[in-house]
Amino acid sequence: MTSLTTLSIREALVELSAGRISSLELTQAYLDRIAKLDPKIKAYLTFTPDLAMKQAKAADEKRKKARDKTALPPLLGIPLAVKDVLAIQDLRCTCGSRILENYYPPFSATTVQRLLDAGVVILGKTNMDEFAMGSSTENSAYFTTHNPWNLTRVPGGSSGGSAAAVVAQLAPAALGSDTGGSVRQPASFCGVTGIKPTYGRCSRYGLIAYGSSLDTVGVFGRDARDVALLYEIMAGADPFDATSMEIPVPHVDFSQNPDLSGIRVGVPQEYFIEGIQPEVEKAIRTAILQMKSMGASVHAISLPHTKYALPVYYLIAPAEASANLARYDGIRFGLSENEGNLLSLFKNSRGNGFGSEVKRRIMLGTYALSAGYYDAYYGQAQKVRTLIKQDFEKAFEHVDVIATPVAPTTAFKIGEHSNDPLAMYLEDVFTLPINLAGVPAIAIPVGFDSENLPIGIQLLGSHFREDQLFKIAHAYQLTTEWHKKTPDL
Amino acid sequence: MSLTIQEVVHIAELARLTLSLEEVEQYRDQLSAILDYAQSLKELNTDGILPTSSVLPDRSALREDEVLTGLSIDQVLKNASKKQDSQFKVPPVME
Repeated sequence: MTSLTTLSIREALVELSAGRISSLELTQAYLDRIAKLDPKIKAYLTFTPDLAMKQAKAADEKRKKARDKTALPPLLGIPLAVKDVLAIQDLRCTCGSRILENYYPPFSATTVQRLLDAGVVILGKTNMDEFAMGSSTENSAYFTTHNPWNLTRVPGGSSGGSAAAVVAQLAPAALGSDTGGSVRQPASFCGVTGIKPTYGRCSRYGLIAYGSSLDTVGVFGRDARDVALLYEIMAGADPFDATSMEIPVPHVDFSQNPDLSGIRVGVPQEYFIEGIQPEVEKAIRTAILQMKSMGASVHAISLPHTKYALPVYYLIAPAEASANLARYDGIRFGLSENEGNLLSLFKNSRGNGFGSEVKRRIMLGTYALSAGYYDAYYGQAQKVRTLIKQDFEKAFEHVDVIATPVAPTTAFKIGEHSNDPLAMYLEDVFTLPINLAGVPAIAIPVGFDSENLPIGIQLLGSHFREDQLFKIAHAYQLTTEWHKKTPDL
Repeated sequence: MSLTIQEVVHIAELARLTLSLEEVEQYRDQLSAILDYAQSLKELNTDGILPTSSVLPDRSALREDEVLTGLSIDQVLKNASKKQDSQFKVPPVME
């Protein structure tokens, strides 16, 4: 029998319901693989083997006792990794920061709770850039995660631990968050499938806040169908998040027929710029041709304000972060460094608890919001955001999806950008506009470069049309093998 | 554009961050470079363009005014570094 950790979630569910495997066996297989491989990949910040075995045992008992097997929770006994930005009640949640080193949330994030109710088994919490600020996991206060395809490369970020865990088969699927590309870019760098849902599609309750008008909860998996399976359970309105929308989540009917007739794919010229790695461009164009051969029509389009997305994002996101992170005051939770009065408690707890990228963004955001500069920076950025959003609205009058590279390059070397924040920000140039517009996007693997590093395409849809992205990604994956490639470990 | 040391110290004060002298100098250079990059936004004419603060349609999320169970005092205080008599304990605000 092939190793249990190679099974997709759907395959594992078939084996579980047929009684050929137990959740205990499946969970143990992942825990064994984690014990063997995670010391060199470092995908996990916190392991929860005891919790996992307890949940797996309970899942097996529930399955055994159930009279009506069709009424069982849909993911009963399936292991899952969770990015350490999402709260799970009474489980340490660091958000990759020293300031939350000993934080134990008294509640669980809605997205996690819905998956727990659906029967998942928690393997642990995955590594990330501190407060989800970064594109490589190098900003984690604890350690850097290594790309399983090449251990000297970054896995991408900020959800790098989750992406690395999925491709290294240290979890069948993992949760992430995406504020400016933090699901799609690591999915691309690690060669897995990742969804960044529409803003407002999945509850942000229990997601530690970074940029509240941009933050989304996403999923990594081995293919589009596994990702959709989890996404459909997580999505939908939540009374605990006033920005989660009461819009029905359509169930995607995955046909086995890879026909894309009638689908209009837009290709924006602004995403094929100078500086893009030629192998990346070639793989993206080949994937688009493949979609054309499956019946899609391809249209050149323009998103004229694309080049402004990076400066807009790096004013708006830090501004929102500077307000959100004001809650770390050393009083209610988090590191508390008390020397004297209240003001020094604030300043010392924050000065010592936050890492350098977090402080940099708080400073930038504070400046952009400060008296005398608000209109010139934050105000102007919000207006240009309107123009960026309108670019997408106009484009989606003519096309159903837009296809672009996820990132201009494949995974860069650990340490390559560590002294140049602006160079690191440029890695996000193709993913940031999507968060500013709030539209959904899926990243899927479409090839490798000459150094055997994965290349990802992102497909963008109009608001709340994740179903269309899943359908197209699935059709592509029916006719290609890229998503099945795994690194030798 | 170039920020001054005094400006960086002022921003750190507003942000309630203790910074080392080394950090102040580093952030002066890095923030200046990032703000330079952001100058490109000024070339766009945005007269008459409304700012976007949320991508969602304007709406108010309302619910019935029902009493729901919240967290217990123990749960709320669990992560506090200092507490006394079911309350957070803080240093003097004014001396």
